[in-house]
Amino acid sequence: MSWNEQTDSRSCVLLRLGERRFALAADQVAELVAPSRIFRFPHRTPEIDGVILRRGRTVPVCDLAEQLTGKRLTSRRFYLIAMRSYGTAKETVALPVSGECELIHADLTPAGPNDSPHVAAWLSHDGEVIEVLNLAALTPGIDPAAEATNREPAREARG
Amino acid sequence: MASGSAPVRRGHPVRTEQIILFRCSNQTFAISSASVQEVRSVDSLAGAACEVNESAIGKVRHALRRGERSIYVVNTALHFGMKPSPPALIFLLRKSRVALLIDGIEKMTTMTRLQALPASLCHEERIWYRGLTVLEQNVLPVVSPEGFLTNEELSFLDATTGSQLSADALLDSEMRVAP
Repeated sequence: MSWNEQTDSRSCVLLRLGERRFALAADQVAELVAPSRIFRFPHRTPEIDGVILRRGRTVPVCDLAEQLTGKRLTSRRFYLIAMRSYGTAKETVALPVSGECELIHADLTPAGPNDSPHVAAWLSHDGEVIEVLNLAALTPGIDPAAEATNREPAREARG
Repeated sequence: MASGSAPVRRGHPVRTEQIILFRCSNQTFAISSASVQEVRSVDSLAGAACEVNESAIGKVRHALRRGERSIYVVNTALHFGMKPSPPALIFLLRKSRVALLIDGIEKMTTMTRLQALPASLCHEERIWYRGLTVLEQNVLPVVSPEGFLTNEELSFLDATTGSQLSADALLDSEMRVAP
């Protein structure tokens, strides 16, 4: 069987960035929240706008619109809080979206060798072919192996 | 007041860390107060500091002589890539050869929790910061005292400014013994 004949039925969350819709596997989505204050501080990772606070934890904000549509979002209606894997660890990342999101069940067609790295799979919904996003290819991140050898232990001052 | 009705929480005591919140180009940072040995006015640089004209490390423009060692004064705004503003204070860091030019101190306070920097922040900021802390619903980066100058940068500065500082020190001592 060739790559494009294998399908996988999964729950996905449809999200809107400007005029376009994309999808994320539902098991990578934690919640959809209203925009809150972004805390900005100097850094050198251009994909990250800053961080928001969710239940006392900091969550980095990563606007995917520019990478996926070529334009930054002019209005952010919600943040989709997604889980991004870093090796065996997972961390939340807030993705600004410009409209409400929708949970659907769809048959996924795995991405092919000629698809962009940010495409994990494809799905068809309401007559539209939609990219299922590969967050690891779209959001920046440390190499967990390199970090394990370099970093100061993540200190929680709380004993 | 319902005094005495609150449950007593047993377990590990909360470890805390004293920090100094300081301003630099309208941005507030935190630094462990244990890392700061001395706070001085920038006026104290006049006469005591030697100019460093090494363009390769633009954030260092002055050095102080402390015994046999040179202490390099880092412009904190330039280090973080921000627009420089007129600094008012200098932090001399403990067990370090780095001093920081800053705009001012906001306050001293206590941090109970240092959150690791999110893994998606994956460039120089991982050297700059120990992590993030949340104080009164504000997120503040906690700077790493070791993140301002690398050993390579210190060696480079020593090599390029060391002779100049030694000459200044010699001249200074000659002037002191002159009648």
